[in-house]
Amino acid sequence: MRKTTPSHDFIRGIWKENPVLIQMLGLCPALAVTNTVKNALAMSAATFFVICCSSVLISTCKNFIPKEVRISSYILVIATFVTLADMLLQAYAPVQHKALGAFIALIVVNCMILGRQEAFSSKNNVFRSLLDAIGTGIGFTIALVMMGGFREILGVGTFFDIPLFGPNFEPWVIMVLPAGGFLTLGFILLAMGYLEQRKKAKSERATEVSS
Amino acid sequence: MSQEDMDMDIRVEDPEQTETPELQEKPVSTLRLVATLTIAGALAGLLLVMVNQHTKPLIDAYKAEQLKIAVYEVLPGTERYSTYYLVDEALSISLPEGAKESEYKRIYVGFDTSDQIVGVAISRGESGYQDIVQVMFGLDPSNGQLKGMKVLESKETPGLGDKIFKEKWFVDQFFANPDTPLIAVKPGAGKGQPGEIDTITGATISSKVVIDIINHGLEEWQPIIERGIPEESSP
Repeated sequence: MRKTTPSHDFIRGIWKENPVLIQMLGLCPALAVTNTVKNALAMSAATFFVICCSSVLISTCKNFIPKEVRISSYILVIATFVTLADMLLQAYAPVQHKALGAFIALIVVNCMILGRQEAFSSKNNVFRSLLDAIGTGIGFTIALVMMGGFREILGVGTFFDIPLFGPNFEPWVIMVLPAGGFLTLGFILLAMGYLEQRKKAKSERATEVSS
Repeated sequence: MSQEDMDMDIRVEDPEQTETPELQEKPVSTLRLVATLTIAGALAGLLLVMVNQHTKPLIDAYKAEQLKIAVYEVLPGTERYSTYYLVDEALSISLPEGAKESEYKRIYVGFDTSDQIVGVAISRGESGYQDIVQVMFGLDPSNGQLKGMKVLESKETPGLGDKIFKEKWFVDQFFANPDTPLIAVKPGAGKGQPGEIDTITGATISSKVVIDIINHGLEEWQPIIERGIPEESSP
């Protein structure tokens, strides 16, 4: 099989294999806490911290972890970092912590993180695992902020708490409610699918012409 | 687009297994499995304890600050407050020996500059339209009138239910010293009875929850408060 370059490890997670928009992993936080950009960023930051620390630690220790208990070890590592993130957020960003509520603890079961450990960190060196984790984390952040921005602008009429419209703007309340999360994700995935299809058609035409 | 780029598009899972060869199928002893998890668990526990020791004072300080702000808000004119615990059906400033603080119900008594009691602040939560609504309200025990109300926690529907803390006229009703128990009325349908509170159109359930919480809180605490608030042991 072809070897990939470190820069590819990094880039891959951001767009081409974006965890939320392409791989459809980590949808629970993407739906639940993206009602404002601020919440989306706080969630992304916590997840970013957890995935980077877990990837580094697991790729460092991969030779000591017997295959039979690897999943339980990964969960243990991830759970530890999630609890750390929980306590640190509560101490330094209590308002965001309150807004995210139980979803911080639920980062443990974000299959995006466990997936990267099983598919990448457990087989690659520390440096490349870190690059992969950073890329995936950025991809997750992009997806969440995209959803948060969309929902906040339509549902509250602000972006990052900055009012965008005049006082006559009537907020589309459903966008900040859970139903709005599903709607937003649906529309974003629709757009992604459309772009993908167009790209494919374009490259097919290109090969037809050249052959 | 090059052929190489297209290759990447198709593949989502990473096929790399180049650096570590497939593990040989050699049985690993149970002891090693247990030891790995034990060591990992112990290290994780150690790390968590260390971070917790660092963050706990910060978290506690923030909670105390929030509580102070709430008590001062629902009891206008308060200069300082003391926490009274419910010990054996009576109010007490101190807890029995060796008791756990978090297990006791409590109220907060606010005092003004001349050490006169301003009122009693009570915190109570009940389920609202979405989730638990947590409300703190201030009561003047001398005449049974309400001093103020603050919604501490609420996930009520944005744009409708959240008016219970965003609509100033609704909140102000609780600061206008209404008599208790409160009576929920539709706006404009009041008969001028004491203790009437106008509900919010479109958020009737949420506004009634606030009123219910206060009434239930009063039912629970007023008999206890009437038995008297013990003097603080003067320093």
